[in-house]
Amino acid sequence: MHNETDNGLRAKSLHSNPLNWVEKYADYLYGFAMSRLRDEDIAKDLVQDTFLAGLQRLDHFEGNSEEKTWLTAILKNKIADFYRKRSSSGLSNLKLTDAESEQQNFFDSETGHWNDKYRPQAFGLEVDNPLMMKELGSILNKCLAKLPGLWFSVFSMKHMDDLSSELICTELKLTAANFWVIMHRTKLNLRACLQKNWN
Amino acid sequence: MTSALRNIIYNCKQATFLIEKRLAGKITAAETLQLHVHLAGCSVCKIYQQQSILINQVFIGFNDNDFKLDQAFKKTLTEKIKKEINKN
Repeated sequence: MHNETDNGLRAKSLHSNPLNWVEKYADYLYGFAMSRLRDEDIAKDLVQDTFLAGLQRLDHFEGNSEEKTWLTAILKNKIADFYRKRSSSGLSNLKLTDAESEQQNFFDSETGHWNDKYRPQAFGLEVDNPLMMKELGSILNKCLAKLPGLWFSVFSMKHMDDLSSELICTELKLTAANFWVIMHRTKLNLRACLQKNWN
Repeated sequence: MTSALRNIIYNCKQATFLIEKRLAGKITAAETLQLHVHLAGCSVCKIYQQQSILINQVFIGFNDNDFKLDQAFKKTLTEKIKKEINKN
């Protein structure tokens, strides 16, 4: 079994040994995906897809770059595809959520003042307390999971991948005005969600 | 006082929009001035701004290493890779 596998590989490529991939890169790629997706099942799926796509393209891997860099590049593409899919399939539920957020008015529509219910209050947080920050992080992840897909994609591409707003707009087919409305709405939602669930 | 300036002094919706735009991109000199004037008089939006920055930090500071795949999943994955290699 092992010999057969090794022979198959030798015929394919001398530059890479996929039998070591899981051991060497799976945790790294999973962490990379989790930091951008915050969803264990989807992250696992994309890590698996990355390895399988890597196998398919093994012939094209010429050892010019590190195996890890090469696999990470494949994963990045998978994540970008996922963002695009989620943001377009999320259009119908986006309308729903939009309607919802219109009901939960953060501001008085006439004056632009904070409405009482959403007015920011101090979290009473000690930023140098690691346990407290960890707790805050896990609440934030739950709040992120409730965002519409498109909003999460925009927010994550901006902050995790540090992409320019122009590029994000092109990728997700958004106007610049929409982009900033989403960034604003996303943060208002996340902040309100944290305030509600903290303490 | 220009009307733009007058409008923002009491408008927290516009102020928080500018806070976000400044954090993730850039705003004009006039907008910077408007925001400055608003924040000087609005403690609530000042709290908002601090918390908004904090959210970005917590989001970005998410530690990749906190997450490890379980052994069972790794084993299945390795088997799938072997199977795929032997297919051809």
